[in-house]
Amino acid sequence: MENPQKTEVVLLACGSFNPITNMHLRLFELAKDHMNATGKYRVIKGIISPVGDAYKKKGLISAHHRVVMAQLATKNSGWVEVDTWESLQKEWVETAKVLRHHQEKLEASGGEQRDSPVLERPGRKRKWTEQRSEVSQKKPLEPQRKDVPRVKLLCGADLLESFGVPDLWKREDIANIVGSYGLVCITRAGNDAQRFIYESDVLWRHQANIHLVNEWITNDISSTKIRRALRRSQSIRYLVPDLVQEYIEKHDLYSAESEERNVGVILAPLQRNRAATNSRTTTA
Amino acid sequence: MKSRIPVVLLACGSFNPITNMHLRLFEVARDHLHQTGTYQVIGGIISPVNDNYRKKELVAAHHRVAMVRLALQTSDWIRVDPWESEQAQWTETVKVLRHHHRELLRYLPQEEGRGQGSAVSQAPAAVPELKLLCGADILKTFQTPNLWEDEHIQEIVEKFGLVCVDRVGHDLKRYISDTPILQRYQHNILLVREPVQNEISATYVRRALGHGHSVKYLLPDAVIAYIKDHNLYSSGSSCKGSSTQNNEGKTS
Repeated sequence: MENPQKTEVVLLACGSFNPITNMHLRLFELAKDHMNATGKYRVIKGIISPVGDAYKKKGLISAHHRVVMAQLATKNSGWVEVDTWESLQKEWVETAKVLRHHQEKLEASGGEQRDSPVLERPGRKRKWTEQRSEVSQKKPLEPQRKDVPRVKLLCGADLLESFGVPDLWKREDIANIVGSYGLVCITRAGNDAQRFIYESDVLWRHQANIHLVNEWITNDISSTKIRRALRRSQSIRYLVPDLVQEYIEKHDLYSAESEERNVGVILAPLQRNRAATNSRTTTA
Repeated sequence: MKSRIPVVLLACGSFNPITNMHLRLFEVARDHLHQTGTYQVIGGIISPVNDNYRKKELVAAHHRVAMVRLALQTSDWIRVDPWESEQAQWTETVKVLRHHHRELLRYLPQEEGRGQGSAVSQAPAAVPELKLLCGADILKTFQTPNLWEDEHIQEIVEKFGLVCVDRVGHDLKRYISDTPILQRYQHNILLVREPVQNEISATYVRRALGHGHSVKYLLPDAVIAYIKDHNLYSSGSSCKGSSTQNNEGKTS
C-alpha cells in the first residue's frame, strides 16, 4: 500500500514540440525518477501540451501535425499522454492558464468524493486561503488537499531562464506558476540554474517548489537541430522515436519553406504583454 | 554520374548494452560519407566483442548479440554479426576487419556480361571498402602504450580506413597529429562531426539500470524489454567478465 503522505504529482510539459524528440521524452523519465526518489511524491501521469498555432513562433508547423507526432511518440509510454486542449484554443494561452486548466480538471474529477473531509476541518481551510492571497489577484484555487494530485510544470533550464526575457512572461504568472504549482526543471548546468533562482526574488521565495534535476549525460537533441538536419536531408533516426521519423518523412514536414512561417510576426506573448504595458502607461 | 566507392561500415565494441548513440554513429557516418560525393555506404555491421575480452561488467555475448539484433530490427541497412563473439578467444580488431573483408569479397554480386537486363542499381562498379567506424575515444586509445600493436594500427588505417565520429571532450585532429602512424595515413581517416551532442554512454545506462532508473529513449524499447526480461544490469545480477581491462581500447 502506498505511503498515504505522498503527494501525487502530474507533470505537465508545455512547448512547441516542433517536433517532439527523444530529449523531450527523457525529461519526463528523469523527472519521474527524481520526484519519486524524494519519498515525498508519487508521479502518476505526464502530460504533453503542444502550444497552439497562435503562438506564432518562427517555423512552427500546424498544431495538428505536432499533436499527432507527440501521440505517436507516447504510444509506447505507460504514463505520458498528449493533451490537445491548449492547441485547440483560438488564441494563445498563457502557461499559467494551462496549468490552472489541468489542475481544475484534477480537482473536478477527484474532488466529488472528497468534499466532506475538508468541511470537517474548517481551521485548516482558513490557513490555506491566507497563504494564497498574495499569489494571485484572481480567485484563489480551492485549498490543497493531499489527496488531489498536484500539477507541476516540467521544463528544461531554458524555460527557467526565459523568465528573465522582458515581456515574455507576466510577473504575476511567474509567481503563480512557482507559488501555486511548482517547477520540475531538468538541467545540465545545475549551478547556473541555482544562480538564476538566487538572483530572482520571486523564484527565491518559492525555491522549495522548484525541483532541479541533474541530467548527467549531454543530450542535446533540440527540435531546431532536427529541423536543420531534415532540411539538409540528414538522418534523424535514433534522435526521435521511429514512428515520428516515419510520420515526418511521409508528410514531408519541415522544409526551408516551413522554417519561414511566422517570420516577421511578433511572438504572441510579446505582443500581448507589450500591449498590456502600453495600455497601462497610457491610462496611468 | 561518377561512380562512388561502395563502403561497408564495421563497428567493434562491447555494446554492453547497445544504445541510441551507437546507432547514431552509423547514421551520422553514412550521411557524411554520402555528402563527400565519393562514397556510397552499402551496409553496416555491428560486431560485439568476445566474452574473453574480460572487460568489467561485460554480460554474456549471446545477450549482447541478441540486444543488438533487437535494436536493428527497424534498420534496413545495419546488421549484427556474431562471428567475433563466437570465436574461442578474443580477436584483435584488425583480424575482425580481415574476416569481414574476406566475406565481403566472397559475396560480391556477380557481374556477368548479361547486359542491362537486371534492374539492380546497387551493383557496385568497384570492390567495396570496409571501414572501421568508431567514436573519437577509440582514436585516443591508439596512443596508449601496448594497447594496440603498431602493425595493427597501420594495417587498419592503411588497408581499411577509419571513419571517426567526434565526441565531446575529444580533439580528433590533435589525436591524429600526435600519433605518427595516424598522421601518415590521415587521408584514410574520415572525421565526422556530430552536431547533436548525444553522450549516451553504455556505462551511464548500466548505472541507471543498477539504480532502478529509467533508460527509456536512450536505447530502443525492444532492448529495454530484453534487459528487464533477462534481469541484466540490475544491481544484484551477476555478469560474465573479470575486472582486468588491459586490452585494446574498446570502450562502452
